[in-house]
Amino acid sequence: MAQVTLNALRKIYPNGYEAVKPASFTIEKGEFVVLVGPSGCGKSTMLRLIAGLEDITDGVLHIGERVVNSIDPADRDIAMVFQNYALYPHMTVRKNIGYGLKNRKIAKDIIHQKVEEAAHLLNLTDYLDRKPSQLSGGQRQRVAMGRAIVRDPLLFLFDEPLSNLDAKLRNQMRIEIKALQRRLGVTSVYVTHDQVEAMTMADRIIVMNGGQIEQIGTPSEVYHFPASTFVASFMGAPAMNLLDASVEQGAVVLGGQTIAALAGHGPVTVGIRPEDIVPDAHGDHAIEVTLIEELGAHRILHAIWAGQPVMVSVAKDVVAAVGPLRVAIKAAALSFFDPRTGRRL
Amino acid sequence: MKPVKFTAIVDHLILITGSLVMILPVVMLLQMASTTDLETMRNGPGLVFGDQIPVNFHKAMFEASGFSGKNTGLNMLYNSMILGFGFAIGKIVIGMMAAYAIVYFRLRFATFAFWIIFTTLLLPLEVRILPSYEIVQKLGMLNTYQGLIIPLIASATATFFFRQFFRSVPEELIEAARIDGAGPIKFFVDILVPLSRTMIAAMFIIMFVYGWNQYLWPTMITTEEGMFTLVRGIKQITQSLEGTNLPEYGKSNILQIIAILPPVLIVIFFQSWFVKGLTDSDK
Amino acid sequence: MAATDLWSPVHIYGGFMKRAGFSTRWLPILLLLPQLSIILIFFYWPAAHAVKSSFYLQDPFGFGETFVGMKNYTALLKSSAYLRSAQFTVIFTLIVTMLSLSLALLLAVKADKVIKGAKTYRTLLMWVYAVAPPVAGVIGLVLFDQSWGPLKDFFGLFGWDFRLGVTYFDTAFAMVVVSVWKQLPVNFIFFLSGLQSIPKSVREAALIDNRSATGRFWDVTFPLLAPTAFFLLIINITYALFDTFGIIDTLAKGEPSNNPMTLVYRVYVDGFRGNDLGGSSAQSVVLMVLVLALTVFQFRMVERRIHYT
Repeated sequence: MAQVTLNALRKIYPNGYEAVKPASFTIEKGEFVVLVGPSGCGKSTMLRLIAGLEDITDGVLHIGERVVNSIDPADRDIAMVFQNYALYPHMTVRKNIGYGLKNRKIAKDIIHQKVEEAAHLLNLTDYLDRKPSQLSGGQRQRVAMGRAIVRDPLLFLFDEPLSNLDAKLRNQMRIEIKALQRRLGVTSVYVTHDQVEAMTMADRIIVMNGGQIEQIGTPSEVYHFPASTFVASFMGAPAMNLLDASVEQGAVVLGGQTIAALAGHGPVTVGIRPEDIVPDAHGDHAIEVTLIEELGAHRILHAIWAGQPVMVSVAKDVVAAVGPLRVAIKAAALSFFDPRTGRRL
Repeated sequence: MKPVKFTAIVDHLILITGSLVMILPVVMLLQMASTTDLETMRNGPGLVFGDQIPVNFHKAMFEASGFSGKNTGLNMLYNSMILGFGFAIGKIVIGMMAAYAIVYFRLRFATFAFWIIFTTLLLPLEVRILPSYEIVQKLGMLNTYQGLIIPLIASATATFFFRQFFRSVPEELIEAARIDGAGPIKFFVDILVPLSRTMIAAMFIIMFVYGWNQYLWPTMITTEEGMFTLVRGIKQITQSLEGTNLPEYGKSNILQIIAILPPVLIVIFFQSWFVKGLTDSDK
Repeated sequence: MAATDLWSPVHIYGGFMKRAGFSTRWLPILLLLPQLSIILIFFYWPAAHAVKSSFYLQDPFGFGETFVGMKNYTALLKSSAYLRSAQFTVIFTLIVTMLSLSLALLLAVKADKVIKGAKTYRTLLMWVYAVAPPVAGVIGLVLFDQSWGPLKDFFGLFGWDFRLGVTYFDTAFAMVVVSVWKQLPVNFIFFLSGLQSIPKSVREAALIDNRSATGRFWDVTFPLLAPTAFFLLIINITYALFDTFGIIDTLAKGEPSNNPMTLVYRVYVDGFRGNDLGGSSAQSVVLMVLVLALTVFQFRMVERRIHYT
């Protein structure tokens, strides 16, 4: 278990492409941090910098007490779970899990014991002598986990480990990984493009975009107080509604109506979560519902509000129909962004 | 249902004809090898098999043709084996090493090395045969196994195949291995080589057949009869059939059959590997 | 050295380096050393040598050489024997390529279609791949033997007095027959694997769209085989040019004088037997240029996307 500190860590490829812009943050001991963002945002590069699979261009990386910038991946005391598991196809499960230990010249009987323990923990005991090709997706995933945990690393790194699984298995493995991490208490960095995974698993989320960190915060902070329009639209499904409005004399005006109070003057982007728009016969605002998406537990109403598309999420027992609808909004749940920079006001 | 049946019969007829065209010529050789030379000289190939195969086989394997008394069938078979195995193993080992260096290392001159190596795919040995001969002569390698094998290895086919294959190995494997503490040599021995087993087998078959069947190069490079391979020896044998009172057809035909048997058997038995290895070059 | 080059030109052109490659310096050089030294000594040196000798005239007894510029090349163009070989090579290559490709395609389509015995047919039709060209040549000698060759007798029934090694046309005919026989298996293997890689769904879609089997073949199957066919075209041209050496040599019975000869065979005959090193080198260089042109053509065609992926 270790604290990980990044100090102005930066990655520029030889052709000049800046994959990670200088990033600084600290991951506390035992913390589960999720790096999330769209593909190409630099989250995987960031993970690979921590792993030592990419050379650090600039900045300082601490894992525990040590500066590890120029230390080989094998000596960083880390373990990594890959997207396609990267199991050695010609080795049995037992050998796959033990390979890293063998390379560290650990005695055979200790390797054996550790592999057995890990297998027991992951329900793999019956499969130890099989080859990866004879396992199901979930089992392979567990072998990859086993390979990581036998090494008692200071740090777990996960690179989109669930993206090759089907939806049902993904939910199950999500819980398993999280539970395992809790139990072992190992500091973890987890990369994903799936915001549901990020929300459900993380102690803290780091949202990245274009090589830059957009926001660092707990899932609740990121969800309720997005730091930018990017975070607002990336986190949460359906995404937060972003509406163009203007600030006039201390009030935010949308479609000729005042919806909240805000100091300043000029255009503003208003962010409202779909569940914060509530159908209410006595509501102040009128929207026009054009389409209803039935999702079982709830419904998504696609509507037009002051000429702009909005989504409204309502519980299954709310009666809704295509046509005009009066709604109320929870003023406290509104977010305001500068339309030019996209930053939160 | 009737027209369907008819086309099926036509299909089979075509395939049977094709198969017969492929097999009959070799059956014919075998038939000729089973009769006496006198019979062959008079009537040529016939329909009935004789009982002379053991006699002819003995002649072919243990009786020397030529002048030095060294090129018995057995000796030629031995030389062919050395050429086939030496060529295949040499090519695979050297090719794998080079492909590994090109694919898995950050080399300053990688691009240069790549082009140097892969240009060799463009020009077969046949077009530079004379200067190659001269150089082998200069190096004093005429009538040696090195002189026979090494110049044939001087093209990058195996390197190319292995490069293709290595590139298809998932990126994460090397990363996982690095985190597992495997250095470049360990990764090669523990992971890449075992992963390439099928590929190595396929390469081996193709290269063995190629080396075994070499004709022009051995014809030029070996003049000592003790160095002749079976395929190289064929020329001398067929030439000796001309202008003799009683040509040794039986012996010659047995030698032809021995010359094709090892590669044919390998190709038939390891068909699936061989086909896979061959058709992967299409990619 | 931070040289992980995910975005370098090398990577864009298909890339031959792994992202997380090792950065050890001495090992890759050591690994490349055997390959590079063999290539330098036995490929680049001879190739350069051939180019150089093509501008020199060798003394037939091995005493020195004189620079003659392009003379060896102009002599080639004036030599009727050389031009005849060139003409024969072109015709020979065309016929062998077309015949072996079309026959192999026919067999592959049938072998892909039949259900019973598919594996047996495959084996029977491919094993000749492993037969050495000179052995194929010897088989030709037997089939066309002057006194009792079965094919010679067969042609005799139609009044064709077949004379291998005597009549130019007859010898050429035998060379074509044997060369096609030897090359059929390779084409068959490639066509069959090409056919088997056509997705089942595509075949089923075609089955619904087109009632006629012939129509389906030409509209769907054949275009999908085009990449394979093109690849094979190049392979076959190379085969007919170079790998038929053993067949030609055997069927000409080592008496090239009156018999048809391919260009590669002539390089050997003029240079090795005739000791005309300069002329033979010039011929080598011409062949090299030919092969390079063929390769450029191949790359061009590949660029034009015969592939449908």
